[in-house]
Amino acid sequence: MRNQRRNSILLHIAAVVVSILILLPFAWMVEASFAPQRDLVSRPMRWIPSEIDLSRYVEIFQGGEGSVGSTFRAAMLNSTIVAVSVVALAMIVGVLGAYAFARLKFPFRKATLLTFLATYMLPQIALLIPLYFILNSLGLLNTLVGLILVDSSLVIPFTLWILSNYFVTIPDELEEAARIDGTSRVGALFRIILPSAKPGIFAAMMFAFLLAWDEFMYALIFTSSDAAKTLPVAISEFAGRYTTDFGLVAAGGILAAIPPIVIAVIFQRYVVSGMSAGAVKG
Amino acid sequence: MTKLATVAPPRRRTGRESQKRLAFWLLLPAAVAVFGIIIYPIARTLIISFFEVESALATETPFVGIDNYVEALSSSGFWAAIGRTLYFTVVSTALELTLGMMLAMLLNARLRMRWLFRAIVVLPWAVPTIVNAAMWKGIFNAQYGSLNAALTQLGLTDEYIAWLGDPFLALNMVILADAWKTTPLVAFFLLAGLTAINPEIYESAKIDRASWPRIFRSITLPMLLPSISIVLVLRTVEAFKAFDIIYAMTRGGPANGTQTIAYYTYVRAFSDQNFGMGSALSYIIVIVILILTTIYLRMLRRSEMSLL
Amino acid sequence: MKTPQKRVRRLAAAAAIAAASALVLSACSVTGAPTSAGGAGDADSGTLNALFMKQAGYTEDDVKAMIEDFNEEYPDITVNPTFVAYEALHDKIVTSAPSGTYDVVLMDVIWPAEFASKGLVTDVTDRFPEEWEQDMLGGALITAEYQDKYYGVPWYPSTKLFYYNTEMVEQAGYSTSDLDTWDGVLEVAAAMKEQGIVKYPIAWSWAQAEALICDYAQLLGAFGGEFTNDDGELIINEGPGVEALSWMKQTIDDGLSNPNSTTFLEDDVNKTMASGQAAFSLNWESTFRDLNDESISQVVGQVGVSATPKGAEGTRPGVNGAMALGIASKSENKDAAWNFISFISSQSEQEKFVTSTLPNWKASYEDPEITETNPEVFAAAKVGYDDGILRPQVPNYSEVSQIIQAEIQNALLGKKSPQQAMDDAVAAANDVLND
Repeated sequence: MRNQRRNSILLHIAAVVVSILILLPFAWMVEASFAPQRDLVSRPMRWIPSEIDLSRYVEIFQGGEGSVGSTFRAAMLNSTIVAVSVVALAMIVGVLGAYAFARLKFPFRKATLLTFLATYMLPQIALLIPLYFILNSLGLLNTLVGLILVDSSLVIPFTLWILSNYFVTIPDELEEAARIDGTSRVGALFRIILPSAKPGIFAAMMFAFLLAWDEFMYALIFTSSDAAKTLPVAISEFAGRYTTDFGLVAAGGILAAIPPIVIAVIFQRYVVSGMSAGAVKG
Repeated sequence: MTKLATVAPPRRRTGRESQKRLAFWLLLPAAVAVFGIIIYPIARTLIISFFEVESALATETPFVGIDNYVEALSSSGFWAAIGRTLYFTVVSTALELTLGMMLAMLLNARLRMRWLFRAIVVLPWAVPTIVNAAMWKGIFNAQYGSLNAALTQLGLTDEYIAWLGDPFLALNMVILADAWKTTPLVAFFLLAGLTAINPEIYESAKIDRASWPRIFRSITLPMLLPSISIVLVLRTVEAFKAFDIIYAMTRGGPANGTQTIAYYTYVRAFSDQNFGMGSALSYIIVIVILILTTIYLRMLRRSEMSLL
Repeated sequence: MKTPQKRVRRLAAAAAIAAASALVLSACSVTGAPTSAGGAGDADSGTLNALFMKQAGYTEDDVKAMIEDFNEEYPDITVNPTFVAYEALHDKIVTSAPSGTYDVVLMDVIWPAEFASKGLVTDVTDRFPEEWEQDMLGGALITAEYQDKYYGVPWYPSTKLFYYNTEMVEQAGYSTSDLDTWDGVLEVAAAMKEQGIVKYPIAWSWAQAEALICDYAQLLGAFGGEFTNDDGELIINEGPGVEALSWMKQTIDDGLSNPNSTTFLEDDVNKTMASGQAAFSLNWESTFRDLNDESISQVVGQVGVSATPKGAEGTRPGVNGAMALGIASKSENKDAAWNFISFISSQSEQEKFVTSTLPNWKASYEDPEITETNPEVFAAAKVGYDDGILRPQVPNYSEVSQIIQAEIQNALLGKKSPQQAMDDAVAAANDVLND
C-alpha cells in the first residue's frame, strides 16, 4: 500500500516535470512576444520584461497595407481556407473510401490500401519540380485552389487509414439490422456507421487539419504573394521593420499556433480512441 | 436450412459483384485526388532527370541521359547529405521512441487532472513545424538565446555556447527541436496501444509477482509491437523527408552540417536552378525510401495490423 | 507475400511506359513552360506587383512613401509591394518566375548574370537612357548589367562600412585614427579584451550565407586579392585568398572575433553591436540608422562609421552590394513596370531617403544639401563606392557561392586548414564554372 502511494507521488512529480519541460519553451516565446526588443538582446537576459510591449500584436492586427501585419492577416485567411477545404475534401473522399475498405469485399483490397499508404512515403521533393511546372501550365501557381489540391493528396491517405481502421471496429450487426430494414449500403454508412464512428472521424479531422495547417514545402514553392501564401511561409519570411525581431516572430508564431492548438486540445481525447480502434482489431 | 443453402450462393455472388462495383465508385474520388496528383509528376520527374533543365522558363533542354545521376552519385556533397540524413533518421527515431514510450506510460498512469496533463502533452504536436523551428532557433541563439542565458545564470556554463554554430552540434540540436514537437505524437500512438491491453493481463502478472521490467518486457512491449512498428515507419519516412525544420532553423549550415538530403535536393533544384539534377536526386530519394518501405511493410505485415 | 512484388513490378512497368510516352510527347519542352513572353500592357494604368526585401536598404515605409509619390504622377497604376527577407528573395524570384506573379523584382548585384542567362528578367537595354551611364555610379550600373546589356535599373549602391563604438575605443585609450588599418583595429581590440571592456570586440556575419562572402570579399580586397583571374577562374586558394581566411581564423583563435559569428547574419551583428557586446563590425549603410534608433539600440550616439580599414596592401575596397530593380520576363505590364522603376530610382526620389541608403547618382554626392543629411555615412561610403570589389559575375554564382561559404566555414570552425579549405573550394567551384 505504501509502495503504491510512493509510486503515485513519483508519477505525479514526473508528470509535473514533463509538463514544465513542455511548457517552458512555449512560455518563453509568449514572454518574448511581449518584451521590448531591448530586453531580448540584453545580457544577462531579463526574464521579466521591463515593460509590456504590445507593438508586435498591434503591428500584426493593425499594420497597414504591405506591412508584416497585412501579410500575416492574409496568410491567416489563406491558411484557414486551405486547411478547412482540405479537411472537407479529405473527409468526404476519406469516408467513402474507408467504408469500402472496411466493409466491402473486393479484389486487391489490402494491396489498394497499402498503395494509398505508400504514397505517404513519397518525399514531397520528388513531386515538387513537375508539380510546379504542371500547376504553372494550368495557371494554378500562386492560387489557393492549386494548394488545396496538392495538399489534399498528402492528407487523404491519412484520413483513409484512420477511418478504415475505425469503421472496422463497428459491429457488423448494427449495419445488418439496418440493411434488413431495407436501408441501402450508402444509407447505412450515413445513418449507422458515421454516428457510431465519431471518435474516428474527429481524430481524422484533427489529423487532416494539423497536416494541412503545417504543410510548408508545397506552399513555399507554389505560392509567392499574399494572394495564396500560407502562415508557415509568411512566418519563415518574417522580419521586422529594421531588423529581425524575435519578439515579432514569436508573436506571429503564437497566433499561428493558436488554431491548431485549440483544435488539438479540444479533440485530444479522440486521438487516443481514434487510433486505438485500429490497434484493437489485431 | 437446405432451402436457404441453395438460395444463398447466387445471392452472395451478385452481392460480391455489386460490392466490387460499389467499392470501385467509393474509392474513385480518393484515387483521383491522390493518384491523379502523384502519378503524372512521378513519371515527369523521371523524364526531367534525364535532361538538362537550367531554368523554369527554359525552352532548350538538352537530353543528357544518365549524366545527372552519375554526377549526383559521384559528388561528395550528395554522400555527405545521405550520411547526415541517416544519422538524423536513426537518432531522432530512437530518441522519439524512447521518450515517447516513457511519456505514453505516464499518460496512461492514474493521475489527478489527467485531462490537463494530456492537453499539455498534445500542445507541442499542434505547434506548426515552422513556428517550432523559429522558437528553438531563438532558444539556441548563441548571443541572446534563453538556453544560454538560463545555463549561465544557473552557473552550469561560464560561456555562451553557439548551439547552432558547430556542424555536428547543430545537427543534434535540430534533432532535439524535432523531438520536442514529435514525441507527443509518438506517445499518443503508443498510448493508443497501451489502452488496448487488457488490464486483466497485468492483474494476473501482479498475482504472479512478476517484476516491473519483466512485465514491461514480456507483456507491454509485445502488445505494443504493432503501434511501435507504425511509429517506426512514419518517423523514419518523415525524418528522411525533413525539410521545413532545417529551412527555418539553419538553412543547412554551418558548413553544410545540417544539410540533409531533402534540403540538399531543394538547393540543387531551386537555388541553383538545376532542375534536371534536382529531379535525379529526387528519384534517388524515392528509390531509397522504396527500399525502406518494402522492409517496413514486411515488418507491418508480420505484426498483423488490422486491415494489413 | 507474392502480391507486393508483383505489384511493384507492374507499377514499374506502368511507370516506364508512361515515362516513355510522355518523353515522346514532351521532348521539346520538358518544363512545359508556356511560350508567351509576357506583355507590354498599358504604360499608365494597371496593377503592378513588386517584390522587395526587408532589413537593409530602403525600409518598408520608404517604399510605401515612394509608391505614394509615384501615384501622384501615375494615379491609375496600383502598386502592391511584397517584402521578404533577403535570404528568401532569390528563391522567391525563381519560383515566381513562370507564373509571372511579380512584375518588378529587386535583384542583388550577384544575380543579373543568372537571371539574364536563364531568361527570368527582361532585357531593358532599349529603354535605358544613354545619359544614365554617365550620371550613375559605375559600381551601381554593374548591378543591372550582364554581357553589355541592361536587365534593370540600379536602385541603390551599397557596401559594407566599418562601425565602431567610440566610447569603447576611448576607454581602451585609443582614438578613432588608430582604426585606419586592420592591424590597428586588432591592436585596439586586443587592448579592449585585455582591459575587459568587451569580451569579443569584433562581430562578423559569418553564418553560412551570402553575408559571409561579403565580409570575406572586403577582407580579400584589403589583402590585395581578387576572386577570379582574367580567365574567370577562381584564385582564392592563392596568396591573398588564403591570407584573408587565415587572418579571419586567427582573430577567432585570439578571442578578438566573436566565435558565435559563424551563426550570425548582418542582422545579428547589428544586434550585437546595438546591445554593446561588440566594439567593431562590418555592416551595410542602414546600420548607422539602426544603431542610433533608441527602440532597438543601447549605444545611441556612441557609434562611429568609416570606410573599411586598410589591409596590408594599403587598399580598402568595399564589397559591391548594390541592388537593382528588374522587370520579370512574364510580366504583363512591362511598360507600367518600367515607369515605376525609373520613377523610384530617379535622383529626386532617391535623395528623399538618404538615411536609409545612399543614391546612385553621382550628382547627389556633390550636393552639400544632400550630403549633410547623413554626413557620416556619405563620407564613409564614398570611399567604398569608388573602389569596389566584385563577386564573380557568373550565371551559376549561387552554386559557387554556396561552395565557398561551406569551405570558409570549415576553416573558421577548425575542420580544415585555410589552405585546404580554399583548395577544396576552388576545385569544386571551378568544376561548376566550367560546366
